[in-house]
Amino acid sequence: MSDPIIKLTAAEIAAKIASGELTAVEVTEAHLARIEAVDEKVHAFLHVDREGALAQARAVDEKRERGEKLGPLAGVPLALKDIFTTEGVPTTVGSKILEGWIPPYDATVTKKLKAADVVILGKTNMDEFAMGSSTENSAYGPTGNPWDLTRIPGGSGGGSSAALAAFQAPLAIGTDTGGSIRQPAAVTGTVGVKPTYGGVSRYGMVAFSSSLDQGGPCARTVLDAALLHEVIAGHDPMDSTSIDAPVPAVVEAARNGSVEGMRVGVVKQFRGEGYQAGVIQRFDESVELLKELGAEIVELDCPSFDLALSAYYLIAPSECSSNLARFDGLRYGLRTGDDGGHSAEEVTSLTREAGFGPEVKRRIMLGTYALSSGYYDAYYGSAQKVRTLITRDFEKAFEQVDVIVSPTTPTTAFPIGERADDPMAMYLADLCTIPTNLAGNAAMSLPCGLAPEDNLPVGLQIIAPAMKDDRLYKVGAAVEAAFVEKWGHPLLEEAPSL
Amino acid sequence: MPGITREEVAHLARLARLELKPEELEHFAGQLDDIIGAVARVSEVADQDVPPTSHPLPLTNVMRPDEVRPSLTPEQALSGAPAQEQQRFKVPQILGEE
Amino acid sequence: MTTTTDLVSYEDALASYDPVMGLEVHVELGTKTKMFCGCSTALGADPNTQTCPVCLGLPGALPVVNATGVESAVKIGLALNCEIAEWCRFARKNYFYPDMPKNFQTSQYDEPIAFNGYLDVQLEDGETFRVEIERAHMEEDTGKSTHVGGATGRIHGASHSLLDYNRAGIPLIEIVTKPIVGAGERAPEVARAYVRELRELIRALGVSEARMEMGQMRCDVNLSLMPKGADKFGTRSETKNVNSLRSVERAARFEIQRHAAVLSGGGTIVQETRHFHEDTGSTTSGRVKEEAEDYRYFPEPDLVPVAPSREWVEEIRAGLPELPLVRRNRLREEWGVSGTDMQAILNAGALEPIVATIEAGADAASARKWWMGELARSANESGKALDELAITPAQVARVTELVAKGDLNDKLARQVIEGVLAGEGTPDEVVDKRGLKVVSDEGALTAAVEEAIAGNPAIADKIRGGKVAAAGALVGAVMKATRGQADAARVKELILQKLGVEEG
Ligand SMILES: [Mg+2]
Ligand SMILES: [Zn+2]
Repeated sequence: MSDPIIKLTAAEIAAKIASGELTAVEVTEAHLARIEAVDEKVHAFLHVDREGALAQARAVDEKRERGEKLGPLAGVPLALKDIFTTEGVPTTVGSKILEGWIPPYDATVTKKLKAADVVILGKTNMDEFAMGSSTENSAYGPTGNPWDLTRIPGGSGGGSSAALAAFQAPLAIGTDTGGSIRQPAAVTGTVGVKPTYGGVSRYGMVAFSSSLDQGGPCARTVLDAALLHEVIAGHDPMDSTSIDAPVPAVVEAARNGSVEGMRVGVVKQFRGEGYQAGVIQRFDESVELLKELGAEIVELDCPSFDLALSAYYLIAPSECSSNLARFDGLRYGLRTGDDGGHSAEEVTSLTREAGFGPEVKRRIMLGTYALSSGYYDAYYGSAQKVRTLITRDFEKAFEQVDVIVSPTTPTTAFPIGERADDPMAMYLADLCTIPTNLAGNAAMSLPCGLAPEDNLPVGLQIIAPAMKDDRLYKVGAAVEAAFVEKWGHPLLEEAPSL
Repeated sequence: MPGITREEVAHLARLARLELKPEELEHFAGQLDDIIGAVARVSEVADQDVPPTSHPLPLTNVMRPDEVRPSLTPEQALSGAPAQEQQRFKVPQILGEE
Repeated sequence: MTTTTDLVSYEDALASYDPVMGLEVHVELGTKTKMFCGCSTALGADPNTQTCPVCLGLPGALPVVNATGVESAVKIGLALNCEIAEWCRFARKNYFYPDMPKNFQTSQYDEPIAFNGYLDVQLEDGETFRVEIERAHMEEDTGKSTHVGGATGRIHGASHSLLDYNRAGIPLIEIVTKPIVGAGERAPEVARAYVRELRELIRALGVSEARMEMGQMRCDVNLSLMPKGADKFGTRSETKNVNSLRSVERAARFEIQRHAAVLSGGGTIVQETRHFHEDTGSTTSGRVKEEAEDYRYFPEPDLVPVAPSREWVEEIRAGLPELPLVRRNRLREEWGVSGTDMQAILNAGALEPIVATIEAGADAASARKWWMGELARSANESGKALDELAITPAQVARVTELVAKGDLNDKLARQVIEGVLAGEGTPDEVVDKRGLKVVSDEGALTAAVEEAIAGNPAIADKIRGGKVAAAGALVGAVMKATRGQADAARVKELILQKLGVEEG
């Protein structure tokens, strides 16, 4: 059977490295070996940086030998979504248009991970430019869900969550524009957090939709997510939308899980048509559990949430149509048609045609339409108004409750290919996660059981007000502990061995 | 309400610099029509006296002091260039305005 | 350019039509760094040495606003008598162009930082014309392309182009006028005067050197005609990047004549971009676009709104320097010169040298006399600007001081200046080397006067007879004898004294 090292949590690994029980090199090698063994099947990684990871691990071991103090995640391996720039290591964003691009600079998140001695194993697969909910839109082929390799691992950060569920890494980084951290976490039985917008720097995170994108931690436990959250969060002068305030005490909250006396909201709009019965069942049980743990449940009505998906599919494509204009084949990445017979303008059009996949083109076209003269007010302008209404609904809700809970996704992992050419069906996967991105507040997904009908993981979403990310961890840790006690083991123990 | 035509799709493709193939034009015309039809509901609020939200956080006046920071080296700047010449990015003939 | 354009005479055009102008001026700010990143803006660097992920538009890079750029924009807005927005945003202007790394320009759209102002400009004859300002907003410059393989480095016929992004992201302020109506035949002159006044203003504020020949200030001239008496504007043409004061005037004039020819021939003006050609003074049509540009502006999500506090704005207002027109009017009064004289001083580029000379101790009249006389002549002959002459205002001031003390007379002073310009040293050194000193030794002067009287008995008699004006001839003789180094006034006094005649 596999090496027991890979089953350890990040917190356990860090403790063992700090005490000398394990070396960082041993830990890294164990994970590299696991990747070698299973990634052909899972395809979580686009690039494994073997040499870079081992060099980082050696540096950690040397630090320890010199008696230097190690950070709380020193030597812990991590899988980085291929949307963050890494100096000297390829960054593709899951797209052909950036195939072979080696950035000359590190994203702020990359820098912070390196500074914290977190060992970056490689870059994970994703839907091209983070557009998708299944990782099928990757130009480099889909990722399989470790629970059932014929099913999607969620998206866009399917590579990161699959790497966790397949025990290829105890930690991963994702980005969440409409649910791309939380939805993959839900369908793979892992934990994912979308911090408050502005909580984690976007510098060096290739932009999809600037006003919605937010990087965040992925892990197998709430505490591990908190430890990683603390490493990557904080003000960054290179990102104008970065919050200049202390990071909420997430680790402390994760160590002191409790819902005793808390008011927990359940939103009327987060159920109904399109929700799988087993998902609703596990969600309702979670609400019961919260009650048992001492929470007070409050019913909430947030009527504007019904417009969230529509607003999202106007705002995100609009911003992406502009953000992706820079991929023109002139300064970096793919160039097509430069045969002496085509002008720069033509080469740009040919390059973009050849380099972008269908979903990316679809969204660029949609966004171009929504912003074009004559349509702006009806589409983009109205969507921005919906955004205001959603923010107000959240504000009103948070006057009555401390956190809101909902299913993370309406269904469990669907089969690869099922929704591939039905964009509207695909977009429904983000029904519950999108309102948070529009309002900018914080949310987490953690496992709450397997749906009885398909034995696939169901995610519980916890939503907190902006800058109250610590509440996610306080509630999440309490729920996680109660479930693990109930199940007798972490949910991932039930996943088939690969 | 919408009814996006093939010509409109072609116009959008030109604006977006995508050299779409004829079958793509057809395909996208149908899909965009569906999507726009589904999301057009947002215009229900168009008349409402609600301020639009462009930024999720109420931040203002984030600025940096006018101090020089190190640039990339020209080697780094050009490291991803599909073609280069004389320390410049080499691109095919530009048709645009003269 | 082989195309010829029908024109009607300027007079005929103005007889039938009223011109309406709109001027858009882009000014590159003189900040140390770019608008949205910390790259240097220094001129003359090797290609692509002043670029970073942000200004190269690399994936993942994000902009951060240069505080000095915003401050400069507020200064310009206030100096243009604008209102300053309490809250405004940047916007993305989306269009593809190889010079522009992100394929959108970060600019401002419906929320400019400054709006609703005016600038009073002075025309050649001293008359003032008020140009209303629509807006001034912040944006960024593009990179520079070099076209290779074509005959003249132009796009046309080039095989490929080379891009240098050092200039990409340098802060620009775009200043847009409201339609300028009522200038009539003086419209081209107003255009020129406006751009000049704006340039002086920008320099006085210290926000840019605004050197048009360096591309630090560029002007687009929008022009349309409407039949005399009409109040509905005609279709306009947009002449881009007119890069000297003279060209601004010529471009406006040419377009008036061209529009008039088209309109009076029964044609219609197409709204289009045109290019001005310095060599011929004419404009030609730019590439006709198949479809209208649609910039799909939307608020820049990567930048947060700019909300200049009223306190800060007032602080900036209080710190503004005296503005050029106000200063010129003040100086004109202090110096006691007419509007036309002042205009001549401006046209000669003599204002700053004169001010500096006065500051160095000269009186206003003398400073003006030298710069507008001897030095203007010399500059003219050598084809130089006044401030390029090899003499400093302090040196001119020293010459006037020597004249005031009686050490030099005008003629000698001219020789001193000539010496300084020729590189012979400071005024004092030239005086020494050339031995230029007024002869003030009374004994030597008296001897020279007596000699002159003795040598010209007939003239001496005339003077004795009351013809005082004849003394000039004897003064000339004395001056000649002293090689010009005598004080002419004193010589005349001595002559009259010797001949026993009272002056006046
Ligand atoms: Mg502009
Ligand atoms: Zn830069």
